[in-house]
Amino acid sequence: MESFFDWVHNNHAIIYIVILSIFLGIEVIGRVPSVLHTPLMSGANAIHGVVIIGAIIVMGRVDPDNYIALIIGFLAVILGTLNVVGGFMVTDRMLEMFKKKK
Amino acid sequence: MGLSLLSFIYLVGSVTFILGLKMLSHPDTARKGNLVAAAGMTLAIIGTIFLYEENGERLHNHLWIFGGLLIGSITGWIAAKKVKMTAMPEMVSLFNGMGGACAALISINEYGHLVGRDAAQGTLLTILLGLIIGSVSFAGSIIAWGKLNGRIKDFAFKGQQIGNIILLLLTLAAAAYLLFNLNNDNYWLFYIIFVAALVYGVMFVLPIGGADMPVVISLLNSFTGVAAACGGFLYNNQVMLTGGILVGAAGTLLTMLMCKAMNRSLTNVLIGSFGGSSAAAAGTKG
Repeated sequence: MESFFDWVHNNHAIIYIVILSIFLGIEVIGRVPSVLHTPLMSGANAIHGVVIIGAIIVMGRVDPDNYIALIIGFLAVILGTLNVVGGFMVTDRMLEMFKKKK
Repeated sequence: MGLSLLSFIYLVGSVTFILGLKMLSHPDTARKGNLVAAAGMTLAIIGTIFLYEENGERLHNHLWIFGGLLIGSITGWIAAKKVKMTAMPEMVSLFNGMGGACAALISINEYGHLVGRDAAQGTLLTILLGLIIGSVSFAGSIIAWGKLNGRIKDFAFKGQQIGNIILLLLTLAAAAYLLFNLNNDNYWLFYIIFVAALVYGVMFVLPIGGADMPVVISLLNSFTGVAAACGGFLYNNQVMLTGGILVGAAGTLLTMLMCKAMNRSLTNVLIGSFGGSSAAAAGTKG
């Protein structure tokens, strides 16, 4: 039990971020009208593309002669970029369509 | 100077994500909100490439990084431009799967560095979580994509729900075992967990009716958010953490709102196809 409290104490900043972000994530989209469900899903999809930053860090730390790790990291960067670029562009195209209807 | 500037950039990035989500949930500001989040993301990516350092060491392999960014951008750009308006949801699913795969690959690479060294349990835990959630999200999204464009048919057999639960429990048990007993003799268990998570992702989405796919994609979307947040824990990276958790929480709420709009409950969607209820009927049509 004591080790659990120690863990909380040592990581309190991150734990605060997580808990507050959960509440924030729920509050911030709380009143979304149902026509915007799909674009919002798509926008959120683009935002979790932030995982690309992890891929860049992995890639940037690999030894230049460790080919397996290089290839895996390279793939991760490509896939992450696809998620970010494709995600934001698809969302933009969806929302563009909304404008035209009006 | 470099690292403190990067921290500030990450702070700006996190704020743009929050603002972006907020603006995306109002019809008038939605398009601008998307651009705001995209700008924050670009800033965070560029900042990471040039400013990130660990123990005074900058990132290297810039050629590989830019190569990957270029290939990904061009492919993503073309795919997003060419897709038909009616095929948008399946495109979102495909991109979501890419994000999940990215998280899983990060875990695989980090695990490779870990074997043979003394690993902190917290690090191993985040690596395993990122692997499992990312793989489930990847495999599930690919199946959802295939279902929406009609390449994959519904597939259900008796006892599938129970089989799925057993598979999930076994995967988690193997992960828990590895967490406490990692050594040079059982490091391969990691790759078994990887495959099992992929299989679980496939089996999880396969029986769900085609008409319910948007809800499932939204759920998988929030999974990928959590997988990204695991990366944030791993690197102590605030922008990944806030971005991932925000999407995880907002995505979960959005999933429930979508169910509500369809007058269904989430459990009904996830196991509905089995009872031969309206879900199965809708599924065969979709």
